[in-house]
Amino acid sequence: MRRDKRVFVIGEDVGVYGGAFKVTLGFQEEFGPWRVIDSPLSETAIVAGCTGAAIMGMRPVAEMQFADFISCAWDHLVTVAAKQRYRAGTPVPITVRLPSGGGFSGGPFHSQNPESSFAHIPGLKCVCPATPEDAKGLIVSAIEDPNPVLFFEHKHLYRRIKGEVPDERYVTPIGKARTHREGEDVTVITWGAMVYTAEEAAKQLDDVSVEIIDLRTVLPWDREAVLESVQKTSKALVLHEDTRTGGFGAEIAATIAEEAFEHLDAPVKRVTAPDTPVPFSPVLEKAFIPQVEDVLAGLRELSAY
Amino acid sequence: MATEAAVDVVMPQMGVSVSEGTITKWLKQEGQPIAADEPLLEISTDKVDTEVPSPGEGVLQQILVQEGETVEVGTRLAVIAPEGSEAPPASTDPVPEPATAQAAAEANAAASGESTTPSAETTDATPTETATAETTDTTEAPPPVAVPSDGQGDGKTFVSPVVARIAAEHSVDLKQISGTGRGGRVTKKDILTFIETGAAPPPDSPEAPAEAPAAPAPEAPKPPPAPALAPTPAPAAAQVGEVLEPMNAMRRGIAEHMRRSLDTSAHVTSAIEVDMSRIVSIRNKLKQEYQAAYGVNPTYLAFVARATVETLKEYPWVNGEIRGDQIVTRSYVNLGFAVELADGKGLIVPVLKNVETLNLLGIAKGVADLAQRARDKKLLPDEVQGGTFTITNPGGYGTFHGTPVISQPQAGILGTYAVVKRPWVIQDELGDDVIAIRSIMNLTLTYDHRLVDGALAGRFLRDLREKLQTWGESDY
Repeated sequence: MRRDKRVFVIGEDVGVYGGAFKVTLGFQEEFGPWRVIDSPLSETAIVAGCTGAAIMGMRPVAEMQFADFISCAWDHLVTVAAKQRYRAGTPVPITVRLPSGGGFSGGPFHSQNPESSFAHIPGLKCVCPATPEDAKGLIVSAIEDPNPVLFFEHKHLYRRIKGEVPDERYVTPIGKARTHREGEDVTVITWGAMVYTAEEAAKQLDDVSVEIIDLRTVLPWDREAVLESVQKTSKALVLHEDTRTGGFGAEIAATIAEEAFEHLDAPVKRVTAPDTPVPFSPVLEKAFIPQVEDVLAGLRELSAY
Repeated sequence: MATEAAVDVVMPQMGVSVSEGTITKWLKQEGQPIAADEPLLEISTDKVDTEVPSPGEGVLQQILVQEGETVEVGTRLAVIAPEGSEAPPASTDPVPEPATAQAAAEANAAASGESTTPSAETTDATPTETATAETTDTTEAPPPVAVPSDGQGDGKTFVSPVVARIAAEHSVDLKQISGTGRGGRVTKKDILTFIETGAAPPPDSPEAPAEAPAAPAPEAPKPPPAPALAPTPAPAAAQVGEVLEPMNAMRRGIAEHMRRSLDTSAHVTSAIEVDMSRIVSIRNKLKQEYQAAYGVNPTYLAFVARATVETLKEYPWVNGEIRGDQIVTRSYVNLGFAVELADGKGLIVPVLKNVETLNLLGIAKGVADLAQRARDKKLLPDEVQGGTFTITNPGGYGTFHGTPVISQPQAGILGTYAVVKRPWVIQDELGDDVIAIRSIMNLTLTYDHRLVDGALAGRFLRDLREKLQTWGESDY
């Protein structure tokens, strides 16, 4: 925001309060109420306003208080923002930040991971950083991208994951995966908070060498990195916190089957949440969200196959 | 009759519901002479184990199906060539239907030839024909049982895409590799290790060593997947002090049938005590006559069977069946007898058909014949099907009570137990109570309570006891 006067922030309680998760704490003090705007309680208005502003040359950064609420903005995102460039050649450089994910008993309206829904929409990009360093590099890429970018911030990562972040300005490219852990026997393809679930499972397996690919961005996704790793290990496990049917893991599994069939030594395995809304009950939510044990089971199964 | 041309031996049609059989043993080796009707091999189906006689005389020229393999009815198993003939190339034409019929007829002939020589050992004073458990047969075809083609498991046969590609690129014969994957599957690691150790020459190096080194030692087996996590059971592995042996077709059949029966019928068992003193007396009288005139023993089992058939006439539901939501009753009785096999590792339930037409002698002969052929593995599958009621005799070993399992889809099974002398309260000729030494036998009726209620079962047992206690010699 210091570099580019076109960038502004808008969302519910992002100004005085600093955002529900304090991501924009102190922003209004530095940049003032005209660049850090407390919006009405209307996701429709936020995204619609951002779309108009972007078409007029601004670089808006909107915050949905919870990713779940983005359904109210579906029409403007999908019908207008995603298609404007194809339809009229006008770039729509908006970034929509989406605190997403479960694991803290948020229930069905405050815990979802809707990235798959938007990855299906041509014209939208979906970014899901897992590390603090990536979060910084990717938010810069998102803001500078001429197209609408949905920036999924897993709520569980806000306070749980700490990491070194370079002071200087840098850009992490959209569409490039990161090898979180190198291994030989099985590839886990995942993103967001599930990177750490996979890592914990991999650590617990002494006799299986697990490679973890952090996609970083779900759309566009780094299929070359995934296929290269699968060609090495010949076994793939796709892990995501979103529900199973039509989840983005299905797209990855299908691509592996199409492009790397002759390299497979086992069926591609998916570990996902079941096809239900996110439960309130901590016990049920634990059963819903893939746990380390679930990933371990999948890895053991693939290893023994 | 000497064979003039080469004759194919085919897997015989062992009954209408049997579609395949497993070769358990070849009794002749290739090159050995064989006479017509001489036992050539043993086969096992899910109904029975039996011998297959040679369809012709000559030399066993070629064995086409090895021991342990399971093939469909009509499959060529071997070729019998005329003695002294050169070995012609084996025909690969499918076997025409008549050959199958011929083989089945041969099997029939061989089996029926045995029936005229009943064995005395089956007719001991204490009936020992039958065993504790029940039956492997039903009139319906059992669900197909997956039979591994050999002891190595089916996993051997699945080749993953990457293994197929590597095998093709390096011209590797996967049979040379011992797999460490699920079910013995050859994994990518297995084949890469195999290639790295130089066991297989790459396709472009014709000067590869002529003698390939032995297959490398298989990798140390990986720990089995945690039970709760594996969606399919891991192959069984013997722990220290344990011995693993494969189930044969009969054991699988018994296991399936026992479980299915308990899952189907509402088993209830009622018991009654029968004073067999009168039978003992009649039997002692008939014994010599039967033995001398017919070469058969009138066993207790035969008496009980005779009285049971007579009682079943008055209790058609006990001789009946639930079929869908209908009740089947019959004008005939096909009586099954549980027979323990010699090695104690199985039992079979041959069925004596239309027992209502047989007197005591006919039943005694029929049971002796079936029991002997059951032990000799000479039963035909159709002889273990179609029962309407079953008798089992665990009493041969002295037990006095049991709860047998019903042979599906029947409605009941009668258990007979040891005849023992007991102090018994009877009335003397003056009508006074006295204690006498009597020969007492317990009978149990295990019935399907879905069809047969307790009172009906009680009346059946009461009437059966009445017949056994009061019938005269001419009634049997």
